[in-house]
Amino acid sequence: MIHFDNVTKTYQNQSRPALENVTLDVEKGEFVFLVGPSGSGKSTFLRLVLKEERPTEGRIHVAGKDLARLTNWKVPHLRRRIGCVFQDFRLLPSKNVYQNIAFALEVIGKPRRFIRKVVPEVIDLVGLEGKRDRMPDELSGGEQQRVAMARAFVNRPMILLADEPTGNIDPATSIGIMKVLDRINRTGTTVVMATHDAAIVDSMRKRVIELEYGKVVRDQSRGVYGQAY
Amino acid sequence: MRAQFVLHEVWIGLRRNLTMTIALVVVVAISLSLLGTGLLFVKQVNNTRTYWQGKVQLSVYLCTSGSASTQCSRNGPVTASEITSVRQTLQSDPQVSRVSFVSEAQAYRQFRQEFANNPSLIRDTLPSQIPSSFEVKLRNAQADATQVAAVVDGAPGVDQVVQNSSVLDKFYKLLDGARNAVVIIAIILIIAAILLVANTIRLSAFNRRRETSIMRLVGASNFYVQLPFLMEGVLAGLVGWLVATALLIVVKSLLLDGLQQYFPFNVQLNTTDLVEVVILAMIIGLVLCGTTSFLTLRRYLRV
Repeated sequence: MIHFDNVTKTYQNQSRPALENVTLDVEKGEFVFLVGPSGSGKSTFLRLVLKEERPTEGRIHVAGKDLARLTNWKVPHLRRRIGCVFQDFRLLPSKNVYQNIAFALEVIGKPRRFIRKVVPEVIDLVGLEGKRDRMPDELSGGEQQRVAMARAFVNRPMILLADEPTGNIDPATSIGIMKVLDRINRTGTTVVMATHDAAIVDSMRKRVIELEYGKVVRDQSRGVYGQAY
Repeated sequence: MRAQFVLHEVWIGLRRNLTMTIALVVVVAISLSLLGTGLLFVKQVNNTRTYWQGKVQLSVYLCTSGSASTQCSRNGPVTASEITSVRQTLQSDPQVSRVSFVSEAQAYRQFRQEFANNPSLIRDTLPSQIPSSFEVKLRNAQADATQVAAVVDGAPGVDQVVQNSSVLDKFYKLLDGARNAVVIIAIILIIAAILLVANTIRLSAFNRRRETSIMRLVGASNFYVQLPFLMEGVLAGLVGWLVATALLIVVKSLLLDGLQQYFPFNVQLNTTDLVEVVILAMIIGLVLCGTTSFLTLRRYLRV
């Protein structure tokens, strides 16, 4: 599903590469934790998958597509197959729960009938039944992240990228968030989650890829966050 | 493509920076109407020129019983032999191409026709007050009109010689000057309008960076992301154009048509002229706003 072949990314005006000779495969339906300290290259990895950045060297395949050969105007179609969740939720404050989720479908031109059908389904999936008319500022952090996950998942992407989704959320609520991610993963969606949260990684017992200074230092199925931390 | 969604986004965008939108509409309206006014002036001058092309360039007015000049009051009204000799003098001049005699009766009829919209003037003018004349057409333009005029000026029976070109030149100069001034101001304002469009779009893009970042994230096509902004610019341009159209109608009916009463000939611009100018203004306005929005967007909303 995601295939990195000897990928190096060096940002302009920086001598040290953000990612260096990274080769890895994420299969369809996998759940992968991406761990490592800040600046280890986790976010760069996610940005490369979205083609928000281009690799300096190496090849990247996502959902069977060679990103180097993907023209700019086809990038949006790639992104429709990838859902994204962030630490800061990125909801639109002027839209309620339903509208925030529907927005993701409206802007890719989905018919209204379709939107009316799938948005309530995904609201139920993330456990926000009865809160569809709430505004983001009326929701707790955990609930806002559930809205963000619903928005990321509503178009049934093949891949869900989560960049520290529990970073702003207390541990008790994080468990609920992880349950939703797990539920999404069980529908067959590949989930890649970058995180600092050792407790979550340890409790989930999924594949763990550890980055340090842009290099893969550990790739372990059913792994834990790591003793050093 | 969901039109309703896009229109809603456009509406939100325009409302959020209402002051900029108003400024944009006003500047577009004024610049387009000034440009249109310039074009109307050009058309007015052209109309006038066309009217006078093929018309006489010299009018030699002969004395009537009512003529007030000293020469006429000394000699009395023109006699038949005087008419013949003036005609011969004119015809023998190598620079004259055609001479035609307009009798008092003919001149009066013509007068009634040209001033048909001024009945009080017609009522107060007696046929005898309209002089008979020789209408002279020259072989080539104005340059030698003065020479020919000098040949017959002061001849017995001749009241006065009028060079139409000198009258028209003043009129042309006036209109040309007005046109140049108007067009220069219009160009300055169009530059201002371009900068304003760019700024408005930039502000709008900044105001909605949250929305657009999410749109890009969920895979909205460039077109979809940019269309609301593009439409904002174009819509503001269209409203500006509508205001400009109203202003142009006012300019045409009050200023240019108002000028007509000072000229004894009918060269009024018709509706087709106005429509042409208005359509041209629309094209300029749309292209201007559309292109500027598009170019601005390429800088501020990249994938």
